[in-house]
Amino acid sequence: MTKKTEELSQKLHIGSDQLELLEKLCNATAVSGDEHEVRQIVMEEVKALADDVKVDALGNVLVTKRGSGENRVRVMLAAHMDEIGMMIVKKHDDDLFQFEIVGGIDERQLPGKAVLVGRDHLPGVIGAKPIHMTTAKERENKIETSSMRIDLGPDIGEKVKPGDRATFATRFRVVGPSIFAKALDNRFGVATLIELLKNPLPNIDLLVAFTVQEEVGLRGAQVAAYTFNPDVGIAVDSTPAYDLPHWDEEEENFQYNTKLDEGPAVYVMDRATIADQRIVRLFRETAVEWGIPYQIRQPGGGGTDAGVIHKSRSGVPSISISVPSRYAHTAASIARIDDWQNTLNLIHAVLSNMSPDKIAGERRD
Amino acid sequence: MKSLVQKLVETPGPSGFEYEIRDVIREAISDFADEIRVDTLGNLIARKGAKSGKGVRVMVSAHIDEIGLMATHISEEGFIRFTNIGGINPLTCYGGRVLFMNGTRGVIGMEGVEAGKTPKLSNLFIDVGATSKEDCPVKVGNVCGFERPFLDLGKRWVAKSMDDRIAAVIAIEALKRIEKTPHEIFFVFSTQEEVGLRGATTAAYGVDPDVGFAVDVTRSGDTPKPSAKMATALGDGAAIKVRDASFIADPRLVDFMVKTAEDADIPYQLEVLEAGGTDGRAIQLTRSGVPAGCISVVCRYIHSPSEMVDADDVENSIKLLVKLLSNEIVL
Amino acid sequence: MNDLQNLLKEMLSVSGLSGFEAPIRKIVEKAWEPLTDEISVSKIGSLHGLKRGKPSDPRKKVMISAHMDAIGMMVTHIQDGFLHVTEVGGIDHRILPGQPVVVHGREELPGLVVQPPSHLLPESVGSGPVVMKYLLVDVGLRPDDVSEKVRIGDVVSYDQVPLDLTGEAMAGHTLDNRVSVAATTICLEELQSRSHDWDVWAVASAQEEETLGGALTSPFDIKPDIAIIVDVCFAKSEGATDWRNLPFGEGVGLGYGPNIHPALYDMFEKKAKELEIPFNRDLMPKMSGTDAMAVQIVAEGIPCAVLGIPLRYMHTPVETVSLKDIRRTGRLMAEFIADLKPDTLEQIGWEA
Repeated sequence: MTKKTEELSQKLHIGSDQLELLEKLCNATAVSGDEHEVRQIVMEEVKALADDVKVDALGNVLVTKRGSGENRVRVMLAAHMDEIGMMIVKKHDDDLFQFEIVGGIDERQLPGKAVLVGRDHLPGVIGAKPIHMTTAKERENKIETSSMRIDLGPDIGEKVKPGDRATFATRFRVVGPSIFAKALDNRFGVATLIELLKNPLPNIDLLVAFTVQEEVGLRGAQVAAYTFNPDVGIAVDSTPAYDLPHWDEEEENFQYNTKLDEGPAVYVMDRATIADQRIVRLFRETAVEWGIPYQIRQPGGGGTDAGVIHKSRSGVPSISISVPSRYAHTAASIARIDDWQNTLNLIHAVLSNMSPDKIAGERRD
Repeated sequence: MKSLVQKLVETPGPSGFEYEIRDVIREAISDFADEIRVDTLGNLIARKGAKSGKGVRVMVSAHIDEIGLMATHISEEGFIRFTNIGGINPLTCYGGRVLFMNGTRGVIGMEGVEAGKTPKLSNLFIDVGATSKEDCPVKVGNVCGFERPFLDLGKRWVAKSMDDRIAAVIAIEALKRIEKTPHEIFFVFSTQEEVGLRGATTAAYGVDPDVGFAVDVTRSGDTPKPSAKMATALGDGAAIKVRDASFIADPRLVDFMVKTAEDADIPYQLEVLEAGGTDGRAIQLTRSGVPAGCISVVCRYIHSPSEMVDADDVENSIKLLVKLLSNEIVL
Repeated sequence: MNDLQNLLKEMLSVSGLSGFEAPIRKIVEKAWEPLTDEISVSKIGSLHGLKRGKPSDPRKKVMISAHMDAIGMMVTHIQDGFLHVTEVGGIDHRILPGQPVVVHGREELPGLVVQPPSHLLPESVGSGPVVMKYLLVDVGLRPDDVSEKVRIGDVVSYDQVPLDLTGEAMAGHTLDNRVSVAATTICLEELQSRSHDWDVWAVASAQEEETLGGALTSPFDIKPDIAIIVDVCFAKSEGATDWRNLPFGEGVGLGYGPNIHPALYDMFEKKAKELEIPFNRDLMPKMSGTDAMAVQIVAEGIPCAVLGIPLRYMHTPVETVSLKDIRRTGRLMAEFIADLKPDTLEQIGWEA
């Protein structure tokens, strides 16, 4: 660790306050289209920090924090508030509720999980037939979502109705160097942007978008980018780490996407964006200069809010930067606190290095 | 013109990394355009003419990116795993040669795949002659295109990036040949088409045209047992697109294009493509909407290293584009 | 009310496939012309009708958007006088054999979708359903006439005559989404005798079935403060019984999900209860499958409501609708709009 990084880590230290905020954010429910709870937490956190805060037509929270220097760069930072989850679609007999998945969940992750339903976080479970009543043949097939039910117990009355959202009931925990939680995708991003707002820089106008509906098609970021009309776009998200062994021990796992403990994941390309190499270079060079570990996320699938930001209006030089976490889009993810710290450090360092000449000229290699 | 075709198809430019091909085109058009600029996504935008009389602002879009590959992992032994940039068919990869933007050359190898099974991209790798990760000159995130020289078969031309450099040739030639126009024409040499019409999306917003024409390649239905039955054939003339999977060309503009071709005795064929997408969609749906059409060059073996077009179709497409841009556009 | 049936039948008498809306646009224009202050056509063919609110400056704007385009087919190539076709919009090929159609060539040509006999099809087809690439359209003309009158890219539309069913319902092709254009027309009629503060922009949008093109572009021009998207929704019928299907003839579907602003949903629900207009919540956990997907994210974003008219047998030539539900939808919109005050927008927030 260089001296510079040491200073940075003191300034932006992830301590108990930051973890407490992340905990509050992860434990809140904000299924795409109903981001209310996280929005409330964000509004509470940012109102004292910002020059301007507004909630737009889709429910994005748009925060402006202007710098004080000359020739400021207008940088849009986006982190989505929404998470994958469920919507109750039908009340069946015996107070059992049918649901649909919102966002991308592998339905094999659902049976036998505890969930929280609605604004009041009513506890329920997704049950499964006793093994005694299944046949070997049946167990060869996955359990379809349409056959699953959420059970909140009898006599539920009108407390739950079709349209209510539900999430996994997982509660946030710190375990050694790691965090266990649901919705780290993307409460990591939300918490990161709040920390950055607390540590503003003179050389940039921070245009912070806490976006909605990312998991159902990057929808919030699209209108947020149009509104902000920024010079540079940075999506801050959480990306999967598939750094698990291959079933065949002889085989190398060359599709890990990212690895825990290797620092923030810098994107070169995903399915939605080919990052602007000028910004990629700025991230790489800044990381080296400040001695902050980073990894290049394996180019390939996935997409972040950058996918719509870079195509906004006449185009915006854009990139994504993510905190790696294992088991995204399931009941519980595992991520390293150090990776989050380094992500925060790197973004802050890049912002402090940002100047108009970094995006001058043509997009090249 | 043939040397221009050769130069363009042999210059690499995978989506998002179009800087070399952009430089080549900029040089080719610099004496003919009234103004040239490059936007954020790297689109090269050349203006010719100014509005007069019944002239309007027209956008012509030909994409200059091509499909390619990006390194995702370098093994300890120096083999490179990769992902696709744009639509890559694994069947046309094995044994192919690639050229990285940093100058490194390599060949595509394949794991043992069960006989009769189609390989997946994850079964393929690039070998650049490295012996280990340490001496491999390619890093994760580096980009390459396919390498294959231009093949002149006389009436037919073959190249790895005929899609869509032949359209760039058509746009360049039209830019040169137009003598007089009532229109303010923006020739957009667009980027990132192969990954979702991204360059044309931002260019169309920036140009804010009244009318738009894409120029692109389309499939042919004139080879043995084609995958989709299509009425298009090499040598039957410039193709006027009615629709593809991404958009429905403005029927008024289709009629106008047909009439223009007929009046000028330019051979043409109509095209209904049940797949694919073109910059025409990006133009049509920008801002409050723009009447948009597309001239297509019929092309065999699209997205393979040997895409084939007909020289007369190319010439007829140029003629049609010049005609369309030289006179009042009547909708 | 025969007016509604007549209007519907007139609208069903013409085609107007996605991208080729001119014929239907003329009819809607005629219906809206006396009901609006200004009529215009967007650059890609959507119809915009403006009915101004009470004089004040500036006035808020509400947009009602109902797509007018139809699904159908398009000629891909011609073989010995037979036409090969592809779909425009989504069509289940299993409903096509034997359907009467119109081929819009150099003149309108009646034709039939025909299923060639098994021995002329790949063996694998057997007695199974015949996919579109093997179906043909026969227009009853000799090959030379066909080549003269039909060209690649000509559109093919359904040719069923609408039926007044024995019960209070109508069946026909393209009720998706001409019923919503009719409901919008009823709304405009109701507003003739009502005072309203907001400008009302009625939009018959183009290209919904293919690109959502009209919905992506018209709001950019109009810049409405809020939008009401009217479309058909699924009505319960044999085989369509799950939560996605609403009861037939028992009220308006009120869309609920990410595409819909919750405050607008609440306002519509309240209004419907107050007026005793029957409704059902139409759950849309992800995308609504309507123009709202596009309208919501135009420019800086637009708060949307989605109203649905329950329809059976969607995308077949015998789509079936209850006339009551069309009237209910028109009336509900009119009452909602008449209630919009200059400061209503301020109440449409995210605090709830």
